[in-house]
Amino acid sequence: MTEPVAASGIASLAWLLLALPAFGAAVLLVGGKRTDKWGHLLGCATILGAFGYGLALFFSTLGLSPEERVQNVHLFNWIDVNALTVEFGLRLDPLSLTFVLLITGVGSLIHIYSIGYMAHEAGRRKFFAYLNLFVSAMLLLVLGNGFVTLYFGWEGVGLASYLLIGWYQHKPEAASAAKKAFLMNRVGDLGLAIAIFLMFNRLGSTQYTEVFSRVGEFSSAEVLAITLLLLLGACGKSGQFPLQAWLPDAMAGPTPVSALIHAATMVTAGVYLIARSNPLYNLSADGRLVVMIIGGVTLLIGCIIGCAYDDFKKVLAYSTVSQIGYMILAVGLGPIGYALGIMHLLTHGFFKAGLFLGAGSVMHGMNDEGNIRRMGGLYKFLPITFVTWTLGYLALIGIPPFAGYFSKDAIIAAAFGAEGWRGYVFGGVALLGAALTAFYMTRLLILVFLGKPRWEELKSEDGRDYHPHESPLSMTIPMIILAVGSVAGGWFLSSGGRLAGWLEPSLGELQESHGVLSHGVVGILTVALSLLGAGLAFLLFGRRAQPVERPERVSFPVRAARADLYGNALNEALFARPGTWLTRALVFLDLKGVDGVVNGTAALLGGSSGRLRRLQTGFVRSYALSMLLGSIFVLGALLVVRFS
Amino acid sequence: MTWVLIALLVVPLVGALVVAFLRKDDRKAKLVALAFSLVELVLAGLLWFAYDPDGDRLQLAAGVDWIPAFGVRLQFGIDGIALVMIAVIALLIPLVIGAGWTEKLPAGRSQGGYLALILVQEAVTVAVFAATDVFLFYVLFEVMLIPMYFLIGGYGGARRQYAAVKFFLYSFLGGLIMLASAIGAYAMASDELGKGTFDWATLVTVVRDADPTTQTWLFLGFFLAFAIKAPLVPFHTWLPDAAAEAPIGVTVIVVGILDKVGTFGMLRYLLPMFPEASKNLAPYILVLAVAGVLYGSLLATGQRDMKRFLAYVSIAHFGFIALGIFAFTSQAGVGSVSYMLNHSISTGMLILVIGMVIARGGSSQISDYGGMSKVAPLLAGMLLLSGLTTLSLPGTNSFVSEFLVLIGSFPTQPVYTVLATIGMVLAALYVLWLYQRMMTGPLRGDALVGAAAGPGAVGDPERKTAIGDLNKREIAVLAPLVVIVLALGFYPQPVLDVITPTVGATLTEVGVTDPVSVQEGK
Repeated sequence: MTEPVAASGIASLAWLLLALPAFGAAVLLVGGKRTDKWGHLLGCATILGAFGYGLALFFSTLGLSPEERVQNVHLFNWIDVNALTVEFGLRLDPLSLTFVLLITGVGSLIHIYSIGYMAHEAGRRKFFAYLNLFVSAMLLLVLGNGFVTLYFGWEGVGLASYLLIGWYQHKPEAASAAKKAFLMNRVGDLGLAIAIFLMFNRLGSTQYTEVFSRVGEFSSAEVLAITLLLLLGACGKSGQFPLQAWLPDAMAGPTPVSALIHAATMVTAGVYLIARSNPLYNLSADGRLVVMIIGGVTLLIGCIIGCAYDDFKKVLAYSTVSQIGYMILAVGLGPIGYALGIMHLLTHGFFKAGLFLGAGSVMHGMNDEGNIRRMGGLYKFLPITFVTWTLGYLALIGIPPFAGYFSKDAIIAAAFGAEGWRGYVFGGVALLGAALTAFYMTRLLILVFLGKPRWEELKSEDGRDYHPHESPLSMTIPMIILAVGSVAGGWFLSSGGRLAGWLEPSLGELQESHGVLSHGVVGILTVALSLLGAGLAFLLFGRRAQPVERPERVSFPVRAARADLYGNALNEALFARPGTWLTRALVFLDLKGVDGVVNGTAALLGGSSGRLRRLQTGFVRSYALSMLLGSIFVLGALLVVRFS
Repeated sequence: MTWVLIALLVVPLVGALVVAFLRKDDRKAKLVALAFSLVELVLAGLLWFAYDPDGDRLQLAAGVDWIPAFGVRLQFGIDGIALVMIAVIALLIPLVIGAGWTEKLPAGRSQGGYLALILVQEAVTVAVFAATDVFLFYVLFEVMLIPMYFLIGGYGGARRQYAAVKFFLYSFLGGLIMLASAIGAYAMASDELGKGTFDWATLVTVVRDADPTTQTWLFLGFFLAFAIKAPLVPFHTWLPDAAAEAPIGVTVIVVGILDKVGTFGMLRYLLPMFPEASKNLAPYILVLAVAGVLYGSLLATGQRDMKRFLAYVSIAHFGFIALGIFAFTSQAGVGSVSYMLNHSISTGMLILVIGMVIARGGSSQISDYGGMSKVAPLLAGMLLLSGLTTLSLPGTNSFVSEFLVLIGSFPTQPVYTVLATIGMVLAALYVLWLYQRMMTGPLRGDALVGAAAGPGAVGDPERKTAIGDLNKREIAVLAPLVVIVLALGFYPQPVLDVITPTVGATLTEVGVTDPVSVQEGK
C-alpha cells in the first residue's frame, strides 16, 4: 500500500473535477427555463472540461514515479467533533484516476448522445442537470479520501439515479422503479454505514490512510464483519444478489441513463468499493469467499433470466447484473483478481455503454418500441447501429480479439486458480456463465437485427406505423467511439500487464494464479463454450421465423426466468406484505391502543367521560379555574417545603 | 452584550402588544409582525456573535429577584445549546409569517390576534431556553402552553378544541410532576445550604450527590415532563392531533420548535442534575428512543393525512435525538443538538411546503393529490428537497446530525445504534412514497385535474386559479431554507463548534468520557 503524499502542481486543482459538473447542474437547476436554449451545451461543456482536466491529471501522474502516484488533496474538515475528524479531501491515485477517465470519458460521450436522444423532451436541460449531478457525485464517490466522503458520493449517485429513473414521472411504473432503486440501495447503504461505525469505534478514524495502514488493529471478527457489511453495500449499488431486483426495473429511465449509470459507471461502484478496501479483504479469506459466492450466484442468475426476457433493455440489464457478478467474483479472489475485476469493469464500461446506446438508437428509430419480438431484420435500416452493436456483442461474449475476451477470460482463468474446491466450483460457474452469455446475446442479436422483419404489419402503442431509421450523427459518433474501445480496449489494457502495473500503487501487485487448468486451456474452453452457446441460439432462433407474441406454453425453467426467478415474489412475501400488515396494525394500535389508553385515563381522572367532553368545549372559565387551582397547588407546595 | 438577550425577550412582546391593537387592519398587522420578527432575527444574529463557544458554561447572564422568600429569580443566560435553539426560532418565525401571508383564518378571527399570539409564543419560547432558574423554567414551561392553546383552539381545523385541550392537559400534567421534582430539589438545597434556591448552577452542585433513590424519583419527575414534550413513544399521542388540527404556521412551531424543549430539558436538567440516575435509567430510555425511531417511521408510512405524517416523522426523529443524548459520547451529543437544530430547519421546510400544497388543493389528505409535478414542478422539487433532508441525504444538513448521532452512539450502544440505523431505510420509504403518491403518476384529485385541463375546464374556479407553481412570496420563504439546508450540509463546522464545548461540559457533569479518545484517533 503506497502512502499518499500531498498533491502539488495541477493535481492540487483536482476539486475542479467535482466543481465543474456541479456548477453546470446548479446553473441549469437555478436558471430554469432561461437556460433551455443552451443548457445541454453547458452540460456537455462542463463534462468535457472535466474530462480534459482528468486527462491532464492522468498524464502528469504517469510522469511521476510509482511511489509518488498516490496523492492527497485536503480541501477542508467536513465534520470535526473531538476524536472524530471527517476530512473532505480527494485521493488521487491510479485507481481513482482510472475511474475519473471512465466516468468523464463515457460521461462525455453519453452527454453528446443525449443531445440528439432527448431533443424532443420539453425538460431537456433538467435532464442534463441531473446527468451533471450524477457525474459530480460519482466523481466524489471514487475520489473521496475516506469512507464517509465515499458514502456522500454513494448516496449522491443514488439520488441522481432516482431522479433519472423517474424521469418519465407521469408513468407510474417509472416512479415505482425509482423509489424501489433508492430503497434497495439504502438497504445496502445500511451495511456501508455500520461498517463505518465499526471503523471509527476501533481506530477513531474513517479516512483511508488511517484505516488501511492500521488494519492490523481490528480483531478478525471485526474484519469479517466489515468486509461483509461493505459487501452488503456493494450488493445494493451493483445490483448483486439478493438486492438485484431494482436494476432491471431501472430501465424505465431514458436509455442514455441506462448506459451511463446503470451499465458503465454507477452500478460498478460496488466493485470499486471492494477493490478500494483491498487491505481489509486481504485479511479475511472468509469474507472473500462470501464475495465470490455472491458474484458467482449473481452471474448465473443474470444469465438465466437474460435468456427469457423479450424487452431489449431488460435483457441488457440482466446482462449487466451478470457481468458485474464476474467483476465481484474477480475482486473476491483477492490479490490474484483485484486488477482483473477493474479491467473487466473498464472493458464492460465500453461495450455495455455501446450496447445500450445501440439499443437506444434502435428504439429511437422504432417509436420507442422495446419489445424485441416486434423487431427483426433491422440491420438494413440502421447499418451503423448494427455494426457498432455487433462489435459490442462480440466483445461481450468474449470472442478474441475483442475486448471482453481479454478481461473475462482472465477472470475465468483466475477463478480456476482459487484454492482447492473453490477453483473447480467458481471456475466452472464462470465457464457456464460464458456459454449462457453467448446464448442470450445471440438470441438478442438475431431477434433484433437479423431474420425477417416482424414489424411491418404492426403499429406501435401510439398507433403509428414503424419507420425504422438510422440516428443522427450526435448519436452514432459516440457509438462508433465506444465500438473502437470494444474492439481494442481489452488488448490495449492487458498487453504487457499494462493496467495491472499501473494499478499497483492502489491494489498491490497482481499475483499470478496457478489454476487446476492452465491459462491456455481455459482460453480455448471459454471460446469453445461461447461458440457453442451462440450456435445453440442460432439453431433455436435463427433458422425459423419467430412469433410476435411470446409463447405462453413454456417449460418451468422459462417461466421461472420470466418471473425473475421469483426474486420479486420473494421480496413481496418476505418484506412488502408483512411490512404493510405491520404498519396497518400499528396505525390501528396507535389510534385505539396507545391513544385510547391516554383518553381513557383522562376520562377516569376526570371522573367520567362526560366531564372530559365538557373540558373539551374549551370554556375559558374552566380553563382559568384549572390555572387558579394549579397556582394554589404550587404555592401550597412551596409553603409546605419552606416551613417544614 | 447582555442587553441582546434581554432584547430578545422583550422585542416580540412589544411586537405582540402593537400587533394586538391592529386587529382591524390585517395588512398592517402582518407587516408590523414581520418587522418585529425580523428585528428578532437580527438580534439572534448578534447573540450568535456575542456568545463565546469556549467561554463560561452560562453566558450573557442577567437577572433580578422575583420571589425572594423562595429564592426564585428571573434569571437568564445561555449556553451553546440554548443559543442554537434561540437562533432557529428567530429564523423560523419570519418564515412562518411570510408563509401564512394569504392564509384564510376561521370566521371572526383577525390577523392581528393571530400574529400577536405567535409573537407571544416566540417570546415565551426564547425565555424557556434562556431561563437558568429552575422555578422560572417551570413557570415558562407551563406558560408556553397558553398562547399555543389559543392558537390551536382558536385558529385550527375541525377538531381544534379536542386537540387543544388534549395538548394542554397532557403537557400541563407533565409540568406539574416536574414541579414536584423541582420542589424536591429545592428542599434538598434548603437542607444542605440552609437556604433554599432554584438557581440552576447551585442546584446542580447540590442534587448531583443525592442518594440514588432520591435522585431516581426526582429524575423521573423531570423526565416525564420532557418525554411528553419531546415526545417519546408512548407519550406521543398528543402530537399528531395537535399537528393535524393546528394551522400550518402553528404546526411549524409545535413540531419544529416547542417539542425541542423536551430534549433541551434532558440535556440541561436531567443529565447535569441527576448524573447517576441518568446513567442507571439510560437503558430504559434507549429502548424508548429506538422504539420511537422504528415505531414513528412505520406509522409515518401508514398515515393518510400529511400533517399527521409530519408528526410521526418527528416522533421518529426524536428517537434519534434521545438515542444520541443517552449514549453519553461527545459525537452523539453534538449530533443530537445539531439534530434539534436541523430538525427544526428540515421539518420546518417540509411543513411549509406541505402547507403550500394544502393551500392549493384545499385538503390535507394524501390521496387527494397525484401527479402534481406536472402542474407545479418547482413545488414538487421543493417537496423532494425537503423530503431528502428529512431522510438525511448527505449534502443536506440533517445528514451531519444523523451521522454524528449514529457513529457517536455506536461505541457505547452498538445494538441500539444498529437498530436505529434501520430507521434510515424506513425514512427513504416514507419520504419517497409520499412524494410518489402526491407528485408522480397521472394527475389526480379534483382541484388538480381542473387546473391542468386548462382555462374553461369544469371545476371550482376559485381553486383553479390557486393551482399554479410557487409564486414569488413562496419562493422568498423557501429560498433561505434551501440555502441553509445545503450550507449546513456541506459546511456544518461553525455550528458544531458552538455546540461541542457545551456538550463536552454536560458530559463532564455526568462524569463520562468518550470511549474513542483523541489520543487513540490521531
